[in-house]
Amino acid sequence: MNHTISILCDDQPGVMTRISGLFSRRGFNIESLTVGHTEIPGKSRFTIVVKGDDNVLEQVRKQLQKVVHVIKVWDIKKAEAVEREHALMKIKVTPEVRSDVLQIITALQARIIDSSGSVWILEITGDTNSVNNAFNLLSDYNIIESIRTGKISLKRGEQVK
Amino acid sequence: MKDENSKGNVLTGADAVLQALKKEKTKIIFGYPGGATLPIYDKLDKYGIRHILCRHEQGGTHMADGYARATGKAGVCMATSGPGATNLVTGIATAFMDSSSLIAITGQVPREMIGNDAFQEVDITGITIPITKHNYLISEPEDLSDSIHEAFYLSTTGRKGPVLIDIPKDVLSSELKAPDKNHKKPVLEGYNPTIKGHSGQIKKAAILLRSAKQPLIISGGGVAGSGAEDALTSFARKYEIPVVATLMGKNGFPNTDRLYLGLIGYHGTAAGNNAVQKADVILAVGTRFGDRTTGPLGNFAPEARIIHIDIDPAEISKNITSFLPIVGDASQIINSISGHLDKEGITASKSEKEEWLNFLLKIKKDREKPADSSKLNIPLILERLKKIIPDPIMTTDVGRHQIFAAHHFPIDRKNSFITSGGLGTMGFGLPAAIGAKAGFPDDTVISINGDGSFLMCCQELVTAVEENLPIIAMVMKDQRLGMISQLQSAFYGERYNCCDLGKCVDFTKIAEGMGALGIRVEQPDEIEGAIKKAVASGRPTVIEFILHEQGNTYPMVTGSSLTDYIEE
Repeated sequence: MNHTISILCDDQPGVMTRISGLFSRRGFNIESLTVGHTEIPGKSRFTIVVKGDDNVLEQVRKQLQKVVHVIKVWDIKKAEAVEREHALMKIKVTPEVRSDVLQIITALQARIIDSSGSVWILEITGDTNSVNNAFNLLSDYNIIESIRTGKISLKRGEQVK
Repeated sequence: MKDENSKGNVLTGADAVLQALKKEKTKIIFGYPGGATLPIYDKLDKYGIRHILCRHEQGGTHMADGYARATGKAGVCMATSGPGATNLVTGIATAFMDSSSLIAITGQVPREMIGNDAFQEVDITGITIPITKHNYLISEPEDLSDSIHEAFYLSTTGRKGPVLIDIPKDVLSSELKAPDKNHKKPVLEGYNPTIKGHSGQIKKAAILLRSAKQPLIISGGGVAGSGAEDALTSFARKYEIPVVATLMGKNGFPNTDRLYLGLIGYHGTAAGNNAVQKADVILAVGTRFGDRTTGPLGNFAPEARIIHIDIDPAEISKNITSFLPIVGDASQIINSISGHLDKEGITASKSEKEEWLNFLLKIKKDREKPADSSKLNIPLILERLKKIIPDPIMTTDVGRHQIFAAHHFPIDRKNSFITSGGLGTMGFGLPAAIGAKAGFPDDTVISINGDGSFLMCCQELVTAVEENLPIIAMVMKDQRLGMISQLQSAFYGERYNCCDLGKCVDFTKIAEGMGALGIRVEQPDEIEGAIKKAVASGRPTVIEFILHEQGNTYPMVTGSSLTDYIEE
């Protein structure tokens, strides 16, 4: 089962290695990892999706908390949070499939952010399922390459704890 | 000769390092110089910190570790960049596994060369992330002071552990722009160890213990880590609760006390392992329930509700699910539980508790017998040693002799059984003894060594001689890797492959060759004289004991639970 963990940490050199290294050393499997700056200067936030049962999650959380640069670790339950994933997809659109693809793009609320001749780059945003759907629906067409960001997640409401 | 490095009275990064060490009351650095650390060595004599020159950086780490475990203060070791730094790895990992306060300082190539695969460059902060509590790569001389104070703070508080500080050579030699800051207690947003136990949990623990008919205490390494020996001892005695120990917890409780049942685990005593498997309430103090302690996890302590005290929340329910966890400092928590029990009293019937204790004491007593004095064997040597030197600081290597020492040499004094429990580092005993001796020069420090282990760090005998640290190394020579051959005997159909160490090594000559005293003992009646001679000599001494038998160490768990053991 997948769990989403959110980590607030000091933006220090090596903090990425400390955190990702901890997962491999303790035998925890990372499904996805996203990191970036926050509104607080000098602080970064990771969103990590990890596979494992509740015991694994508990160990991950406690071990992460021991990393000196880690300030806070949240286990984010799906019902209490909003989540987003971002994907870019480069797709070859021949005249025969053009209208089909356009229909799918509309249905997915995706956007065409670049078109170079018959090659489009699509931007897809949504929760993990929506992005999975986009990949499923477009898999019948000629996808040249694609990339996904991994999940980012924030708890709803005011309370940060 | 040219002196390009003299900067007169200008303060440099090296001064910042030494000033910070001085403020942290560092008396000794165990180190080995190299190009990248020369700026520190150049200034060392100005600060009155003793430098003990180890003969291999690994030896230096074990010395600092032994010093830390014996004195309860941080031990400091230092090495140069590259191979100097990588030679620290085993010692740092040893300290990490046993939660010992080790500060490792390494030199690094100059900043502008980092990443270029420069001469003697290695990414030691990268290498040591998984085996340190924290580490630093210093980028500005002005950061040195704060980082070193932080390192000491991290290393000696909460769950103790090693911290490494990697310092580029040009940071050490460049001028300090803002020297001698007054350091305050470091504030780290992400580091706040829980010291005080949760009062509700403490209350619940008292309730469990009040009605326990078959209570038991497990003393783990955290007892010494917290300095909770006195609290634990008076608690166990007051409520007459028997005590068992993990290898790391052996010096958490006086071994000659009648309540002490010995070790538990793969090489646990019959009384100890039976106690764990039959207890109804276990108070486990500062133990991470390592696999050598628990045996097969599913069958550990099946009858018990476990109260687990630990300062590291990540140890709670990591291996063994505890019924009642209490995170915090062991000493405080035990005293609080004791306070509750004093007020509310014990409800379990006295006769049932007595029956439990007597049952265990009988198992213990039935197995007590004097060592066989007809042949030279390890239990006999330890028995005689105890008569001559009742309260030494003892260190051990790793192997069969280590388990013998744990079983046959009762320790009553705090911090005086120093062994590599978690990592199981062969070669630990001799340098750890030298470190302990540096901390306690007036005490007798004995290292119990295997003939395999001793050779792994025997070069440190030179350090002991040159630094006048007269330790006594007792080498148990059975010409084989004892623990390996025991495992081959029990689990590999007695196919003794590659565990024969051969006959050629003469340990007395090694001792003499390194300037120490060497004594050979071949018969039981020579033991006493040899030990007395070693003590009287005032010199570092190696006593080589030519053992008469391949004595296995028992009991040994061979089955699916701790009581599934074989005895002699």
